[in-house]
Amino acid sequence: MKKDKLVFRLLIVLDVLLLLALLAYGKHVDFNLQVLNPKGQIADKERTLMLEAALLMLIVVVPVYLMTAYIAFKYRAGNQRAKYSPDLDGNRKLEITWWAIPGVIITILAVITFKSSHDLDPFKKISSPVKPITIEVVALDWKWLFIYPEQNVASVNFVEFPVNTPVNFEITADAPMNSFWIPQLGGQIYAMSGMATELSLIANRAGDYYGSSANISGRGFAAMKFTARATDRPGFEQWLAYAKQSELKLDTGAYKQLARQSTISQPVYYSSAQKGLFNQVLTKFYPFAEVGHEGGH
Amino acid sequence: MLGRLNFDALHHGTVEMVGIASMFGGLILAVTALTYFKRWKWLWRVWLTSTDPKKIGVMYIATALFMLLRGAVDAGMMRTQQAISVGDSTGFLNPDQFQQVFSAHGTIMIFFAAMGLMFGLINWIVPLQIGARDVAFPFLNATSFWLFFMGAMLVNTSLVVGEFSAAGWLAYPPLSELAYSPSVGVDYWIWALQIAGVGSLLAGINFLVTILRMRRLGMTLMKMPMFCWSVLGTTTLIIFAFPILTATLAMLALDRSFGMHFFTSYYGGNPMMYVNLIWAWGHPEVYILILPAFGVFSEVVATFSRKRLFGYTSMVWAIWAIVFLSFIVWLHHFFTMGAGANVNAFFGVMTMAIAVPTGVKVFNWLFTMYRGRIRFTTPMLWFLGFVATFTIGGMAGVLMAVPPADFQLHNSLFLVAHFHTMIIGGVVFGYFAGLTYWFPKIFGFKLNERLGRYAFWCWLVGFLLAFIPLYILGFMGATRRLDHYDASLGWQQLFIVAGVGVAIIGLGLFFQVLQLIVSIKDRHKNLDKTGDPWDGRTLEWSTASPPPVYNFASLSAVDDRDAFWAMKRARVKPAIKYEAIEIAKNTSLPIIIGALAFTFGFGFVWHMYWLVALSFAALITVIAWRASDDATEYTVPASEVKRIELAGGNTA
Repeated sequence: MKKDKLVFRLLIVLDVLLLLALLAYGKHVDFNLQVLNPKGQIADKERTLMLEAALLMLIVVVPVYLMTAYIAFKYRAGNQRAKYSPDLDGNRKLEITWWAIPGVIITILAVITFKSSHDLDPFKKISSPVKPITIEVVALDWKWLFIYPEQNVASVNFVEFPVNTPVNFEITADAPMNSFWIPQLGGQIYAMSGMATELSLIANRAGDYYGSSANISGRGFAAMKFTARATDRPGFEQWLAYAKQSELKLDTGAYKQLARQSTISQPVYYSSAQKGLFNQVLTKFYPFAEVGHEGGH
Repeated sequence: MLGRLNFDALHHGTVEMVGIASMFGGLILAVTALTYFKRWKWLWRVWLTSTDPKKIGVMYIATALFMLLRGAVDAGMMRTQQAISVGDSTGFLNPDQFQQVFSAHGTIMIFFAAMGLMFGLINWIVPLQIGARDVAFPFLNATSFWLFFMGAMLVNTSLVVGEFSAAGWLAYPPLSELAYSPSVGVDYWIWALQIAGVGSLLAGINFLVTILRMRRLGMTLMKMPMFCWSVLGTTTLIIFAFPILTATLAMLALDRSFGMHFFTSYYGGNPMMYVNLIWAWGHPEVYILILPAFGVFSEVVATFSRKRLFGYTSMVWAIWAIVFLSFIVWLHHFFTMGAGANVNAFFGVMTMAIAVPTGVKVFNWLFTMYRGRIRFTTPMLWFLGFVATFTIGGMAGVLMAVPPADFQLHNSLFLVAHFHTMIIGGVVFGYFAGLTYWFPKIFGFKLNERLGRYAFWCWLVGFLLAFIPLYILGFMGATRRLDHYDASLGWQQLFIVAGVGVAIIGLGLFFQVLQLIVSIKDRHKNLDKTGDPWDGRTLEWSTASPPPVYNFASLSAVDDRDAFWAMKRARVKPAIKYEAIEIAKNTSLPIIIGALAFTFGFGFVWHMYWLVALSFAALITVIAWRASDDATEYTVPASEVKRIELAGGNTA
């Protein structure tokens, strides 16, 4: 037993040392718990929801921990003074209690779940006096294409929108399934070929936010990330003007080029985007539509 | 003739070559040892052709532990890659290698490590606990094992000939379709799982029938040991869930081999249909794995608290509540598909509901300890480690069952941490407890307790160090399966800590290997001569360790849940009337069936359709041959039974 304790203590010491080293080293970097550090209304509500649910569960979890420690210690074989009832094999009241208490907690959580599923449905548009902006998103192998149908510009691996303005993302893929996620603004949704999903987000603070694909899509998957920039109105207008100056135009030819498997390290801007491109991408998979390179053998 | 197989399939990078070299090194060592000690005949007669569930159990567990070590090496490689592949560095694996490694890790750990350990324990203990002499279908049982084994070998073959899937352990289309994964990797994955999956289904049927039809006289269902109840739940799940897997994989294979479009997006095919189907199998699958672990804990806690199991009826209901609910929660794996608020809410609530019966089980275990006399042996330590970790994992699970919370946690490392908490803290700790607990029954000597404790503490501390950082990384926006990330994200420190955690788990594995070696060396010191080394409660402890081939000489009736405990208390020694016993003969057909299944799958992978046809024809022939064989059993005469019993029950 002595040796065991020694090994155990050594491991604990190692554990603590490592965490200390981590903290000391961690000071030098931005230790950003993005999900718990929301910059928009949706992510904020989702964080609150998580904290509520976690606290509710602690009502059961804390007693389990305490009871385990207490019972295991008290009824250890060495403690001959403790009561020993080898035939005790049930107690109706107690058993009803532990079907009922977790049952009640789960019922409360169920109500929260139902309400929040509706309230935070990604398809639901955020109500705001500010006119929303629509951005079409296409997950490609291995880059994100953003099309602004109203502003008639497009960009790759970079998306900018005004702060305090609802952004309606319409999302599809011309690639294996990806998942569109900007943690500090709100939860993710899949980008699937032949299907369009929607996600309404809003940024309540200006800033650059990390965006990525949460679902593996092949060799270049690690490069499927983008910057989401929320700026004030003038800043956004300025960016639009900057994009408008680009020599690149997103027509069918440019799109086909872009859709080939490749990774892109710097953002790309297009001064115009062909009308209806998003719908073309979306419907190309349907039966009787033109068949792309994946079809037919 | 060779389909698409050519010499290119043998070209590999350095990392693969090291893996291949170590695999062949081990193989050569084994062959040399068998030849040197002249053990080939012994291997064939005593093991490979055996239909004895105790021996088949050993083979399941040996295969599973080998695959577990391989999966652990994969884990170590992933942790190393993610600890160093930051900013300008791209680590030591290229993206394709990294993706193969994590796909292999998941596939191996679930299908070949966890499932193997589970079927091993079931083979060892279910017939003994219900007081039976064999399983319902001994030949089928051996066949199931060989299908499982050959599935594992197909995965290992992919390391040498060709490559493995890089599409993740569940190979979502369209990534896993021909357009995006044109090489043989996904085909290896499909056929390895297809072969092993059929084996699992057959084993599920076998043990369901065994439990329902072969219990000792007097052992009504409500007097059955809780481990057997959990296996009854598991086998029920297998029978309903595995056909879904088989059908889904078959459709994906049709897409890939014959240009069909079930899941391609084109011509009305739909990848999300695959995702629904694979999880309609996949969610029950995790309960298939966890239920027997719960069963082990029910036995371990009662035995080491020297007390009856608390709340037996509640426990049975909890198992069946879990079985039922596990079929209506699959959509929680993809709330982010955008199915709509009501659908998401329904599946979320059903998922949370599972926490209720699971919580009931935990409380009942705690109250089994209450007013007991608890001995802190290693199986008990695994149980306490389970309570400590599984509770955290359960909380994380319920959290993710709330759809809008899941939107923020899905496919992040939080999710990875969650399911590893459930599978390591629950399944793995449970099976290790079961292995330690029942080892003396099968081998006749105990495992070294001290090294067992070392292993436990390494696993527990290593586990916390490896996975707490992943929970935090999930909150930091770190998604799973990244072979590279930017330094500015601030993830690296936590990845390094996680890597150290995995190293400590590796130390735990080392102690377990050492434990096995030391225990075998010192076996004469730890012999179990009574057949009842832990002061057990159920029938498996009433026969010798290791039990004779027929398990029990006498099939006297039982009338208590803790049948053996009651016998010991009443000081009843059943009067033995020696009788002749019929036992299934050894047969070489199961291993042949397994080998043919292997060539069948290998043929499909490489498009050698003549080999597929030939293997299939041979399979049918072998099965027909077997079906016409009436002399499948032999008789142990009463005099021989008497001789064995008087010698202490050991035939070995």
